[in-house]
Amino acid sequence: MSLLSSLKIMLGAAPERPRGYTPEAAAMHEAKRQIKGADRAREIKAAHAEHNSHKWRNIRWATLITINMVFVLSFRFDVQLVEGSLTGARVIGFHMADLNSAIQVMLAYKVILLNLVIGTTTVFLMWWLFGGRTFCSWSCPYHLLAEIAEKIHLALAARRMVVDYPLHRGARTVLYVVFALLALISGYTVFESISPTGIVSRALIYGPGLAMVWVMGLLVYEIVFIRRMWCRYICPIGLTYGFVGAISPLRVKYNLENCLHEGDCRKVCLVPHVLECTKKTYAEDVEVAISADCTRCGLCIDACPTGSLRFEVKGLNKLL
Amino acid sequence: MSDPTPPTKHATANPKTRRQIMRSLTMGGAIIGASLFGFFPVLRKWTPRLRPPGALPEREFLAACIKCGQCVQVCPVRAIELGDLDEGFGVGVPFIPPRAQACDFSCDAVQCVLSCPTGALDHAIIKKEQVRMGLARLDRPGTCLARKGEGYKGPARPAPFKGVHRYAEIDRWKPVKLAEYKYDLDVCDLCVRECPVANAITMEPMSSDPGDRRRTPVVHEACVGCGMCEMICPTEAASIVIDIRRKWGDA
Repeated sequence: MSLLSSLKIMLGAAPERPRGYTPEAAAMHEAKRQIKGADRAREIKAAHAEHNSHKWRNIRWATLITINMVFVLSFRFDVQLVEGSLTGARVIGFHMADLNSAIQVMLAYKVILLNLVIGTTTVFLMWWLFGGRTFCSWSCPYHLLAEIAEKIHLALAARRMVVDYPLHRGARTVLYVVFALLALISGYTVFESISPTGIVSRALIYGPGLAMVWVMGLLVYEIVFIRRMWCRYICPIGLTYGFVGAISPLRVKYNLENCLHEGDCRKVCLVPHVLECTKKTYAEDVEVAISADCTRCGLCIDACPTGSLRFEVKGLNKLL
Repeated sequence: MSDPTPPTKHATANPKTRRQIMRSLTMGGAIIGASLFGFFPVLRKWTPRLRPPGALPEREFLAACIKCGQCVQVCPVRAIELGDLDEGFGVGVPFIPPRAQACDFSCDAVQCVLSCPTGALDHAIIKKEQVRMGLARLDRPGTCLARKGEGYKGPARPAPFKGVHRYAEIDRWKPVKLAEYKYDLDVCDLCVRECPVANAITMEPMSSDPGDRRRTPVVHEACVGCGMCEMICPTEAASIVIDIRRKWGDA
C-alpha cells in the first residue's frame, strides 16, 4: 500500500479493495477460492483448536505498567531517573516532550525554546524507531484503562445489554484540526485540559484530583455507548503519532499464504481498518505491511491462529 | 432480486451512514464544548494562583506550560502543586499555595525554573532576587503581633500544620517542619526573620518613643512574593499575605 493511501485511511477514508493483484497473490486467491465452505470451516476450527495466546498483550501490559511505574516510583523515592510525566519528562537528564503536547504548546505560545526542540526531536526519533502509535498501546495509561473498559463493553454487548454506536473515523481528523486551530487562535492549550493521557499520567504521579471524574465519565461512556470512543474517534495524540508511524521501520506484516480470512484479528483490533487486507481477496500482494494507524499492540498477532501476522523491522529481515 | 452492479454509495442516501455522521458531529461538538469549558475559570479568574518563580505573565504562562510537573519534582520543600479541573486551562499547571507551603528558596538557585522544558518559567531568571511572583502586603494590621508589641513563643504554625522550611543552621539539606521548630521572641518578627530575600521586608518602629515596643512590618521593592511571610505568620488568618502578580508601584 502506498504511503498516501495509508495516510488517507488513517485520516478517515474507507479502505478500498485493490484494483489488481501481483501474480503470486492472484494465484493464492484463486487457490483459496477452490476450497469448499465445509473444508474451510474445518480448517478454521482446527487452526483454533490449539491456539490461545496472549503473549504480546502480556508483554505490552507489563511494559506499559513499567513505564508508568518508573515515573511514579522515580518521584516517590526521589531517584531522579525519570522526572516529569508523559506530557514532558527528563530521562536521565535527557529532555523528552510528548509530540502532541509540544505541538499544542508551540501553537498556543508561539515561541519555541531549544529545550522543547530537543525534547520533541528525541521523542520523534524514539517513536519513529518504535512505530509511532506504539506510544498509544505501549505507554499511554488511558489506553490500558480503555482496554479494560472495552472488555466490559464486549462482555455486556455479548449479553445484549449494550450496543456499540460507532462514529465516523473522520471525526478524529476534524477534531485534530479544530484543536490545533483552538490552540493557535485562543492562545491556550485547550486540548490539554481534557486530555485523559495527561490527566491519568499526572494523577498516577502527583495524586488524583477532580479531573479523574472526567476520565471516569469517558470510560463509562465507552462501556455503555461507543466502544473505544476516545482512542478511535477523538484523540489527536493518536493521529500525531500515527504520522510518525507512517514511516516507521517497525510494523506488523501480513502474509496471505496461510491466512484463513476468518477475521479474528479484526475483531480484537482497535483500528480494524488497517487490517482490511486480511479480508478475503483484499490483499494485493503476498506480503502486506499494515498501515500507519496501527498501534503495534500485537493483539492481532496473538489472535491469529495461523501466524499470518507478525512484527517486522523493515530492512532487518534482509540483513539477517 | 439480483442486481449485477453494486448500489452506488452515497453518504447521505444510507440512513445508517447518515445517523453515524450525525452522531459523530454531535459527539465531536460535545468534546469541543467540554474542552471550551476551560475558558470560564480562566477568563472569570475563579482561581487566582500564585505561580512558581519565573512564571511568564498568566496568559503566556498557561500557553507555554506543557503540564508535566517537573517543577513539582525538583522543589526541595514540595511547595509546588498542579491545578485541577476547576482551573480550566490551568489543569496540570503549577502553583504555590503560600499559606500551606511557601517557596523559601531552599534550593539556593531556582531549580523549578531550570527544570522547566518550555520556558513557561522564564530561563532568564537565574537567582531568587530576580523573581517577581507578587508582593507581600500587611493585610490585617489589627491582628499583627508586632504591631501590638507582642512576642511569640512556640512553633510558628503548630501541628497539624505540615509546611516545612529550611533552617540553614540546623541542616542545610533537610527542611524542618514548622510545627517542630520553637521560637521565643520578645516581639514577633517572624516575617522579617525568615524572609529569604535581603531587604525585602523590615520591622520599623511605630513611634519615636524608644520605650514603645510596637513595630510594623514594611515591605520594600526587593520583595519577590515568595510567600514565606504568609506561611510563617502565626496569626490565624495570616496578617501578611501575598498579592498575586502585583508589581511594585501597582495600586
